[in-house]
Amino acid sequence: MRLAARVRAVPALSALALLLAPAPTGATEGRPPPGATSCTGCHATGAAMQPISGRPAPEIAAALAEYRSGARPATVMNRIAKGFTEAESQAIAAYFAQGGPER
Amino acid sequence: MSRRLVQTRRSLLGNAASAALALAGPGLARPALAGTAPRVVVIGGGFGGATAARALRQGGVDVTLVEASGTYVSCPFSNEVIVGLQPLSAQRFGYDNLTRTGLTRVQANATGVDPSGRRVTLADGTTLPYDRLVLSPGIDLRLDAVPGYGAEAVAAMPHAWKAGEQTALLARQLEAMPEGGTVVLSAPANPYRCPPGPYERASLIAHFLKTRKPRAKLILLDAKDTFSKQRLFQSAWAALYPDQLEYVPLASGGQVTAVEPAAMTVRTDFSEYKADVACIIPPQRAGRIAAIAGAADRSGWCPIDPVTFESKLVPGIHVIGDAAIAGAMPKSAFSANAQAKVCAQAVIDLLAGRAPEEPKLINTCYSLVAPGYGISIAGVFHPVNGLLADVEGAGGISPVDAPASVREQEAVYAADWYRTITREVFG
Ligand SMILES: Cc1cc2nc3c(=O)[nH]c(=O)nc-3n(C[C@H](O)[C@H](O)[C@H](O)COP(=O)(O)OP(=O)(O)OC[C@H]3O[C@@H](n4cnc5c(N)ncnc54)[C@H](O)[C@@H]3O)c2cc1C
Repeated sequence: MRLAARVRAVPALSALALLLAPAPTGATEGRPPPGATSCTGCHATGAAMQPISGRPAPEIAAALAEYRSGARPATVMNRIAKGFTEAESQAIAAYFAQGGPER
Repeated sequence: MSRRLVQTRRSLLGNAASAALALAGPGLARPALAGTAPRVVVIGGGFGGATAARALRQGGVDVTLVEASGTYVSCPFSNEVIVGLQPLSAQRFGYDNLTRTGLTRVQANATGVDPSGRRVTLADGTTLPYDRLVLSPGIDLRLDAVPGYGAEAVAAMPHAWKAGEQTALLARQLEAMPEGGTVVLSAPANPYRCPPGPYERASLIAHFLKTRKPRAKLILLDAKDTFSKQRLFQSAWAALYPDQLEYVPLASGGQVTAVEPAAMTVRTDFSEYKADVACIIPPQRAGRIAAIAGAADRSGWCPIDPVTFESKLVPGIHVIGDAAIAGAMPKSAFSANAQAKVCAQAVIDLLAGRAPEEPKLINTCYSLVAPGYGISIAGVFHPVNGLLADVEGAGGISPVDAPASVREQEAVYAADWYRTITREVFG
């Protein structure tokens, strides 16, 4: 379904997709996982709001889970974390643990 | 792969796809056919374009950034400049650090795009070939939409919706306004740049009047009945500015039907307002180059594929930021920055012959209703039926009943966000 939507919009890509392997889900080939690149607008290295690049993955994933459940108090991160599943949070955590955009 | 084969495929796939196939592998910096690496041109060096250019460069792409101005003047926090809470100098950003990433910066106005020849034309006639083009031209103000509000009117009744001289002008006018004066501020119908922006501006002008000219009044005329963070703004106005701010929604005649800059009058269907200071925020459309490229539809904005940000009208051209129709995502600097990074990855993927992955994007917009009193709206977005839609259950506004400490914390975060994002974008 996802592919079908794209096929209509991007003819060149649809033709490509026939020749090349389809995109797997999740972070692959070093690409940032869904949502990850939005984070650094606030959480860049040197930022006042909790830099996350290089933090241990379990720490980031646990923070996201607690924001999502409401266990950890927050102003906006509770609203944002609810937009990500546990698996997506884990992928984002792994990406930043490896250095994020600064890998 | 022989040149002949590439050309056969070129007719089948279109330029960019064949350029991708011509590459030996994912390493983009590697010379392709006839020794040329794929070239991406980015038009617009604002929050969207500067971010995209940097991300593409980091991905090893040969990038040319075309920006008309030598210095960017940022809109976020320009409402603070208008009421003297921040100097205009804090809005200015140069391009030196961005240029140091190894991209080519061209300071020029892009005046033409030839989508079939894949070339951009600059004002001096120079042409720049591209494999893919990214447009982040921001907005144009529709100076034909409000009768009387043409190009000359903006000097008397500033919009200050593009930061710079207009911002400074509105600040001077407010400062010089007589003690018991009247400010009229008008907000347009959707869609427009920065949905909560007019209400933040109204709040901060009301704060300025309350502290500096307590007998003066602000009339906020709105071409709609509902707006972003409405409950938060309206409860703050009731608490802080009951004597300063009068809100006139569409249903009560808030739509401006005409202005007369010489007489400083603002007309609606119901009344005529005599203003000492008038700030008219007119309707908008995508920056002109988007229409020139054929990427804007009849609404004046650009329909895009939500996975790649490629134009639904012109293949090979991607549109991000305010100019794009991004579904539920608001026209904000935060959105433009998030979209730019997703778009850059999609462009890198397409050039390398890989299918881009389905993205998720975040937006958070802070507004100040007074110094030390911040509120926010956040959202998480993903492609649904060809548009970017809210991820259900996520996002929303700050709690309506939050204590003062939360408002203070959000005001601090607002300033932190501005510092961080401008550093990420302009380095
Ligand atoms: C008062 C106000 C307050 C705001 N506050 C916030 C906020 O708190 N948070 C937030 O997230 N957003 C805020 N915004 C919104 C934000 O400013 C915009 O959403 C953002 O600037 C959009 O980025 P962009 O890249 O699409 O366009 P822009 O930032 O406008 O950049 C476009 C660039 O393209 C250049 N350009 C255009 N056409 C050409 C051409 N043909 N050739 C060469 N160069 C060209 C222009 O010179 C410009 O530099 C605010 C806006 C206003 C007006």
